[in-house]
Amino acid sequence: MACGPPASSPPPSRTSWGSDVATAERSASLDQLLASKEIVICCGSGGVGKTTVAAALATMAAVHLGGKVLVITVDPARRLANALGLEEFGNVETQVPCERFTAAGAGTRGELWAAMLDTKQSWDDLVRAHAPDPTTRDAILANPLYANITGRFVQSHDYIAMERLYEIHQSGRYDLIVVDTPPTRNALDFLEAPERMADFFSSRLLRWLTAPARSRLVTMASRPFYTIADRILGSQFLEDIAEFFLLFQTMYRGFVERSTAVTRTLTDKRTTFVVVSTLEPAPVREAEFFVDALGQRKCHLGAIVVNKVLPDWFTTPGASTAASRLVDDAAHVAATLPKNVGSRDQVARVLQEVGESFLNFRLVAKREAEQRTELAARADALAAVPYADHDITDLPGLLELGSHLWREP
Amino acid sequence: MADLLQRNLLFVTGKGGVGKTSIAAALALLASQHGRRVLLCEVDAKGATAQVLETGPTTFDEREVSPGLWAMSMDTEASLKEYLRLQLRLPLLSRIGPLARTFDFVANAAPGVREILVVGKLCWEVRKGEYDLVVVDAPASGHVVGQLAAPQAITELVKVGPVRDQTGWMLDILGDPARTGVVIVSTPEEMPVNETLQLATRLEKETVVDLAAVVVNRVLPELFSRSEEQVFRRLRRPATTAALSEAAGGPVDLVLDGAELAVRLRRTRADHLDELREGLRGTELLYVPELFQRTYGLRATRQLASALQDELGL
Repeated sequence: MACGPPASSPPPSRTSWGSDVATAERSASLDQLLASKEIVICCGSGGVGKTTVAAALATMAAVHLGGKVLVITVDPARRLANALGLEEFGNVETQVPCERFTAAGAGTRGELWAAMLDTKQSWDDLVRAHAPDPTTRDAILANPLYANITGRFVQSHDYIAMERLYEIHQSGRYDLIVVDTPPTRNALDFLEAPERMADFFSSRLLRWLTAPARSRLVTMASRPFYTIADRILGSQFLEDIAEFFLLFQTMYRGFVERSTAVTRTLTDKRTTFVVVSTLEPAPVREAEFFVDALGQRKCHLGAIVVNKVLPDWFTTPGASTAASRLVDDAAHVAATLPKNVGSRDQVARVLQEVGESFLNFRLVAKREAEQRTELAARADALAAVPYADHDITDLPGLLELGSHLWREP
Repeated sequence: MADLLQRNLLFVTGKGGVGKTSIAAALALLASQHGRRVLLCEVDAKGATAQVLETGPTTFDEREVSPGLWAMSMDTEASLKEYLRLQLRLPLLSRIGPLARTFDFVANAAPGVREILVVGKLCWEVRKGEYDLVVVDAPASGHVVGQLAAPQAITELVKVGPVRDQTGWMLDILGDPARTGVVIVSTPEEMPVNETLQLATRLEKETVVDLAAVVVNRVLPELFSRSEEQVFRRLRRPATTAALSEAAGGPVDLVLDGAELAVRLRRTRADHLDELREGLRGTELLYVPELFQRTYGLRATRQLASALQDELGL
C-alpha cells in the first residue's frame, strides 16, 4: 500500500550552503537511472557515506518514482537504522511507516522497505535451502569450522551479500532494490565473491581434501600435501577440515549454479552501480580504480556520487582577494570600522583568523573541485552532496540529502 | 606517553577514511627520527604506504626508505614460505611453490590461516629483535579484531601440532602491554567515534591486545575566544560587513560565511570529541590538527609526525 498523496515537490534545501553546490554538470541523472533499473549497488571505500547515500536513493525512489523499494544495508549507524525503522538486527524486511513520511512533509507514491544483512542467518538459510537431507544440514550447521567461516571471516560477507540480493530480486517482491555493499578490504571482493565461491566448489583441491574421508584406501600420509599439512596443522584439524568440505560438497551443484546466477545478475541490464566517494585523494583513487574495474567486468556504471563536498563559493575569486587582504592588512582594515565593533587589536585578530580560515578552506575546496572534474569525466551522471555539519539520523535528513541527488521533483 | 613508541609492536587501525595509513607512517617516521629502528608494514597491500612516504612500491622483503625506517607490505604466500622454512625447518623448498598456492586456497576457507600468517610474521619480526618497533598499518576496524584474535581462534580449533605450539609465543607477545598495543585512529565525527568505541570494547573482549592510544585526526582549530566571537557577531551586521567589503576590496560576507562554517564544524566535532573522551576513560587521546594539506605525500606525513611529536611531549 502506498501511503499518502504523491509529493508535489522535494523538501526545501535546509543546509544554508547546500543549494550553492552546483549540480549542472550532469548529463544523465540519478532519477532517470533509478526509474530504469531494478538493482542499484552502491560501492566505494569506507567512510564516504555509502550507507546514507543508499538509504537516500531508496527514499527518493519511493517518494518520487513510486513502487516497492527495498534498501539493504550492511552496517548502518544506529540512529540511521532507527530512522528506517530497523530496531533490531536481522534479515527481516521492514516497511518504513507511512506516518514518518507524513511527518517529514512528504507524501509518498510508493513504499520504502529496509533490511539489514545478517551474515550468519543468511548462511544458515542457504545451507537449509541446499542441503540434500536433514542429517547433512544439521551436521553442517553444527560443524565448528562452519561457524567460524560464516561468522568470522570477511569474504563470506561479500558472498552472502550478493547471494541475498539475488534471492530477494528473484522473489519479485520489489520494484527496486538498493544495496549498500559491505566494507571490503578490496572494493572488488564482493564482485568476485560469487565466482570465487563457484571456483572453490568446483576445484580439484576440494576433491583432494575430501578424498581420504571418502576412500580409506588412500591414506592421508600417502600424499605429500597431507604430509606437510599434517605437520603444520595437526591431523585432527585436518580431519575437521575434510569433514567440513565433504559435507559442503553435498551442496556442490546447488551452490555452483547459484553462484553463476548471482554473477549473471551483477552484469544484467537491469543492474547498475553507483560509485560513492568523497573528494579526498584516497577515496577518489579508489573510486577511479572501481570505475575501471566495473568497466572490465562489463558492469554498468550508472553514476558517481561525490559526498561531503565543500560549497563552491569558497573558490569565488573576489572573496579570496578579500580574505588575503584581511590576513595581510588586518590592522588597516580594522581601523576603518566603527569603534563599537570592538577594540582595534581584537578586531584585527578576528579579521586575520577569519581570513586565514577562509584561505585554508579555499585550498581544500579548490583541490576538491579538481578531483570532481576528474571524476565527472568518468561517468554519465555525477551528483554532488554538500558537506553537512550534522549526521543524518531521520527521514527528513535523507530527503534533504536526496534532493541533491535528484534533478527533477 | 612517550612510552607509546617504546613498545615493540603497534597495530594502527581505524574506520576507513580517517587517515590510518598516514598516521601509521607518521608514527613510524617519528620513532625513527628518535633513533629507533622501525619496520613499517602495510597489511592491505594497496600501495598506500608507498604514497605517504613516497618510497616506490614496497614488497615482502623490507627496504630501508629513510634512515632507521624500513618498509614492507604483507604477502601471505611469502609469509607461509618463510614460516615453513624458519619455524618448521621443512626441507621441501622446491615443492613449496605449488603447496603455497594450494594453501592459499585453503586459507580462503579455513578459519584463521591467513590471519595467523599475517600476525605470525609480525610477531616473528618482534621476536627476532632486529627492529625496536614494528608499526603495522592494519586492516580497518571491522577486520582487525579477526586478525588479532586469530592465535586464540587457532588455539581453540587446532588441538595439537606445531601450529598450536607456535601460537603460544605469539600470544605472549600480543598480550604484553609493555610490548604490544593497538592505536585506533579516529576523527571527531559521528561514525568514526562510534566505531572507535565499539572497537575498543571488542578489543578488550575478544583479544589479549592492549589499547595503547587513540589518535584523533583532523581536529579543527578553535578560531575565536568567547569575546572574539562577539566581535565576529558584530562583524556580521550588514552595515559592518558592507564597510569591510569596501575596505578589503571583495565580498567579505563570503569570507565570514566561511568562518561561520568553520566554527560550526568545530562545534559539532567538539561534541563528538566529548563523546569519545567519555567513552574511553583511561585511554590516552592524541590530537592531530586538520592540516589543510594539498596532497598526502611525504611532506604531509612529516607534518603529521611533528604534530604527534608535540602531543607525545618528545
